[in-house]
Amino acid sequence: MLSPDDLTALWVTLKLAAVSTALLILLATPLAWWLSQTRARGRVLVEAVVTLPLVLPPTVLGFYLLLLLGPRGAVGGVLEGIGIGHLAFSFSGLVVGSMVYSLPFVVQPLQNAFAATGARLLEVAATLRASPLDRFLTVALPLARRGYLTAAVLAFAHTLGEFGVIIMLGGNIPGETRVASIAIYNHVEALDYGSAHALALTLVVFSLVLLTLVYAVNRRGQSVGVPG
Amino acid sequence: MSIDARFCLQRGDFHLDVDMTLPGEGVTAVFGTSGAGKSTLLRCVAGLERAAQGVLSVNGEVWQREGLFLPVHRRPLGVVFQESSLFPHLTGAGNLRFGLQRTPAGERRVDWDEVVQLLGIAPLLSRYPDSLSGGERQRIALARALLASPQLLLLDEPLAALDEARKAEILPFLERLRTRFAVPMLYVTHSMREVARLADYLVLLEAGRVRAQGPVQEMLSRLDLSLAAADDAGVVINAVVAEHDAQWHLSRLEFSGGSLWVSRCAEPLGERLRCRVLARDVSLTRERDEQSSIVNLVAAEVVELASAASPAHVMVRLDAQGTPLLARITRQSQARIAVQPGERFWLQIKSVALLS
Repeated sequence: MLSPDDLTALWVTLKLAAVSTALLILLATPLAWWLSQTRARGRVLVEAVVTLPLVLPPTVLGFYLLLLLGPRGAVGGVLEGIGIGHLAFSFSGLVVGSMVYSLPFVVQPLQNAFAATGARLLEVAATLRASPLDRFLTVALPLARRGYLTAAVLAFAHTLGEFGVIIMLGGNIPGETRVASIAIYNHVEALDYGSAHALALTLVVFSLVLLTLVYAVNRRGQSVGVPG
Repeated sequence: MSIDARFCLQRGDFHLDVDMTLPGEGVTAVFGTSGAGKSTLLRCVAGLERAAQGVLSVNGEVWQREGLFLPVHRRPLGVVFQESSLFPHLTGAGNLRFGLQRTPAGERRVDWDEVVQLLGIAPLLSRYPDSLSGGERQRIALARALLASPQLLLLDEPLAALDEARKAEILPFLERLRTRFAVPMLYVTHSMREVARLADYLVLLEAGRVRAQGPVQEMLSRLDLSLAAADDAGVVINAVVAEHDAQWHLSRLEFSGGSLWVSRCAEPLGERLRCRVLARDVSLTRERDEQSSIVNLVAAEVVELASAASPAHVMVRLDAQGTPLLARITRQSQARIAVQPGERFWLQIKSVALLS
């Protein structure tokens, strides 16, 4: 049913979702932690900026990312200058774009999870001789694990469905930047509804299985009586 | 050996300004109404209030002074909070190990098995906090704090969130801790019953300031403090079991001012006991009345008088050969039998509560 090109597009999609989710979780953790702990005035502005990708049209996001990451952009130009090369029309560029695009979907669940743990348990850990990093790793992190699960699933699923940012930033290079959503669009443009259907249905089934698994795991955690 | 603490902290319109020197052993109760700053003071001692200016030294070790602030995790202390603060993602045993593992081997002075046995928590160790009762959680929290081998144990109303039955369940454990582990305890409470039962030393906090401090026996008998105005005002007497009377099912307790008969107690002869005599249960009589049904008669001299909470009553402070006692009598009786400082009376004590 699926042509080799479509399989490649699926593979690129999964790789993009996995890589950007993993990097995003790592980078969003300190940001979400800071937002949950700080009383600084600047916090409101940072929260607004983090939420921006949620309300902006993906094309707007993609357009500015293209300018920023392209050969003459602030980031792309510097990378070009040190010999790495700019990021437009590359897989790395898509990873950066996906991370920006999914940022609020990761920061908010993490921030909420950290805030829900409250100050008391961290204070208790401190009185039991745990250093700040120790407290974060052994108390805050395990208690936020449900938030991490939510964040990871949302970021992954959100990236699977990404279209606007990619079309602006990555174009349509097979094996590099052509993801499933763009391959489907191409098939429809070419009036090849059969191929579009096969790829679309694959995405639907895959997403459904993934989400069902996540909810099942979450539920089991609850019934064992391990809150988190 | 002592604990010296001076703290200054401004929080909104609340101002904490305390200066205290506490004994470096036994239980010191920090007593006061809610809003007096008890918990804030405890947080200052723990190092949980970074904004607090002050000086703190615990048995010779400086934890805080100008230019020095030992962070919480470097202070060898244990804290038990009012509400359950067990780590929900760890079992009972996991909670106990948390502090123990972080205590350097050379500083560990508390034995796991002994604590587990003393607090009766062996059956709870494999369970998660959300399957434990409030009292069980507090016992685990106490054990967890002890296993970090603290040099100072801070308890912030550890019983306040529990019902009467659970309180009665925990109090004996706290008493055992006091006698078994030589860890000084700072015990924040607004319960006079807990003070009378546990405390050796008392700090009375009012509106962020230390109103008075001293040994509990002396503090409870002072008429110039709000303590004497309470309905359950009374003194604590340290006594020794002197005699068991099998025929009448009574035991005789001896203290410096005389003897008290109480219902037969289980403690062996010679055992030290603490009992409490409420001012409202003490009446005064000029003559020794052998015809009365009241068995406990103690001779004492009136030291001073003060107004009681109600205008009908007057508080009398008496001295029974070194043991202070309080009596609450009506003004009418005071006038009728001429209760004045220096006069000697027989005290009829209607009821004695054994505390330990």
